[in-house]
Amino acid sequence: MINWANFISQCFNGLVLGALLALISSGLTIIYGTLGVLNLAHGAMFMLGGYAGWVAWSHTGSFVVAVIAGSLFVMVVGVVTERLIIRYFYSRPPEDQLLVTFGLGIVFVEAVRFFFGSLSQRMPPPEALVGITPLGFMVYPTYRLALLGIIAVALLVLYFVLYRTRIGMIVRAGIEDAVMVDSLGINVYRVFMLVFGIGAMAAGFAGIVNAPVVSIAPDVGDAILVQTFVVVVIGGVGSFTGAVLGGLIAGEIISITSMFDPAYSYVMLFVAMTLVLVLRPHGLLGTAGRE
Amino acid sequence: MSGFDGNGRRKVLGAVAAATKNEAQIGLANATPPVASRRRMLRAGVGAAGVTLIPGLGHVGWVYAADKAPIGTWPAGSQGSTVYIGAAVPLTGTYAVQGEDELKGWQLAVEHINTSHELMKKLAPKVDKGVLGKKVELVSADSAAKPNQGVQAQQTFINQKKVILMTGSTSSAVAVALNKFAQREKILYMPGISGSNDTTGKDCVRYGFRQGFYGEMAANAIGPILVKNFGKNRKAAFMTPDYTYGHTTTKSVNDYLTEKAGWTMVTNQVSPLGTQDFSQYLTNIANSGADFLINVNWGRDAVLSTQQAKQFGLIPKMTLVIPYQIPFLAKEVGPDLTAGVFAATDFWWTLEDRFPLAKLFVESFRKKYGYRPEWGAENAYVSFAHWARMVTEAGSFYPPDVIRQFEKGETIPSLLGDVHYRPQDHQCVRPVVIVRGKAKKDMKNNEDFWEVLELVAGETVIQAPDAFGCKLGEDA
Repeated sequence: MINWANFISQCFNGLVLGALLALISSGLTIIYGTLGVLNLAHGAMFMLGGYAGWVAWSHTGSFVVAVIAGSLFVMVVGVVTERLIIRYFYSRPPEDQLLVTFGLGIVFVEAVRFFFGSLSQRMPPPEALVGITPLGFMVYPTYRLALLGIIAVALLVLYFVLYRTRIGMIVRAGIEDAVMVDSLGINVYRVFMLVFGIGAMAAGFAGIVNAPVVSIAPDVGDAILVQTFVVVVIGGVGSFTGAVLGGLIAGEIISITSMFDPAYSYVMLFVAMTLVLVLRPHGLLGTAGRE
Repeated sequence: MSGFDGNGRRKVLGAVAAATKNEAQIGLANATPPVASRRRMLRAGVGAAGVTLIPGLGHVGWVYAADKAPIGTWPAGSQGSTVYIGAAVPLTGTYAVQGEDELKGWQLAVEHINTSHELMKKLAPKVDKGVLGKKVELVSADSAAKPNQGVQAQQTFINQKKVILMTGSTSSAVAVALNKFAQREKILYMPGISGSNDTTGKDCVRYGFRQGFYGEMAANAIGPILVKNFGKNRKAAFMTPDYTYGHTTTKSVNDYLTEKAGWTMVTNQVSPLGTQDFSQYLTNIANSGADFLINVNWGRDAVLSTQQAKQFGLIPKMTLVIPYQIPFLAKEVGPDLTAGVFAATDFWWTLEDRFPLAKLFVESFRKKYGYRPEWGAENAYVSFAHWARMVTEAGSFYPPDVIRQFEKGETIPSLLGDVHYRPQDHQCVRPVVIVRGKAKKDMKNNEDFWEVLELVAGETVIQAPDAFGCKLGEDA
């Protein structure tokens, strides 16, 4: 199966997977870059987005409503969590932050399990995007193609917010030096709340748009969390463009390795991460001092 | 008999051991060699004296009972009015749906044991509102199909309830781990669903007994059907979950098809348990030139990989084959995908038309749970019925006695006719059911997914008992 047709097909697969990883990782990386909190509940937020959207979909039957509901719900969860819990941990040691976010992740997963059970739930893609599209080198599920476009738009919106708006400027300044931003008279804690909300929303949005591709189950975020951490490390902590680049690289590594032997996909991913850590400890697009 | 020297010594040890629980374990460890030697003596004795020992059990048995050193949870686990069975079953994760169904099968069996239900009386005639005068209670915990979690759950059950039988698996990785744990703890274990050849093959143990069918039996049963329907020299792509069940089942199916009919495995896509996105694997298969997609994945992995195979246009381009049928697969993916698909299974409910016991089972299960049972529930129910039969026939909870009862290899009833357990590897020799998916228009009700094509006799599809390297180990 090592032939050009398969290679091109796998590169394309890598692009789709990479885009998804990029979107989830961008949320993780801006939270860590700004707040300094490594959010281990990020996978659970991805899962929450899927469930919130699925609930909305089962009541309305509308995919668009599902996407909006899923994203907004997780954003609200993010903001509330930040206000009630996370903010008390900004000045505490990193291990406390890890423990509290890890614990929150468990609470979210088990709460969903309590209400919806362990069985996986399916949400079909919107009517117009059902079916197969021939690409020449392979046939591809239409929704997955559309997903590529949906995620690209979402990433562009995030980019616009971060790089073309005042609030984005403050967030980026906060990533570089939160103390300085604070001393310039900007309420940095309000910014933190907003960043946590936006970061969570990115995960929630990814969770709902990915739901028709796989299926949703309470543990769906576990595997994705590990991958997004790898992406953030490769791309550089706190770097939005790094997360996008890292996501695409990770997607391609997983896909192209699987052409030879799928069992080595994740081995190669971690090899790549190790190489980056050795050669560029701050990640491909990261900068020293952002911790 | 010089064997009684050992017994005398053990009596003293037993008395010392009675002082504290910890010391009892030390006493047990010390007592092991004499037990083993007595075991050999007994076997020689049975061989020589034959009938004289067994009819005299009323007397001799009493002497032994007073003599037996504690073993595992015996006798502590069977001294109260209730005996406990521990089930470590996946209620979350990839195999949750199937685990849920199995658990219902066990619960129904326990209820039937305690109420002397008509069906249970047919399978285990000496059951009388419980076993040997004790009520049976099932305690269960989620294993998430993870070996360490399964073993932890059972350890808790041993500590808290002194369980006398363990069950649960659904993943053969858990079954193999619990096999070893059972042998170490000297507590009987009957896996639930376990499709790996290893469970009663290279990882078999004296304390483990498997009722259900597995990869090799499935392969030898479905192989001839595939060759008959599709001919020789075909190209097959396999999808294999990356653990003992997947690897052994894929090997068995592939060995049959290559050796007997010249088929070629053009690719084998091995994926970890719990994979969500199969796009990379399916892309490789799409480019492999295969005519057949033999999907060994199981549980949610099977559902997702089959659905995604359709999304990627592999189905219906390739012919789907399910060598080891997955309960609820047809329901979850819909009959559009399973219509015409050949599969091997342990049980399908329409067999109630041919087997009165199957009818009794399907009826009472459906009455209690509102749907017709799939093979996870059937396997679970029959496993417990067989255990209850062996315990009541042996007249003892003492594990070596129960093991010996199983090892007699007597012909006993199941829901699908007579079966027996092989003494060499503790595998139940039982029929394999070959089914083909029905099209939606042919379904007579909303659970009528499969048509039974054939019931293949166990003897004809099972390997030689030593073919997979089974060495049972000691019973005491």
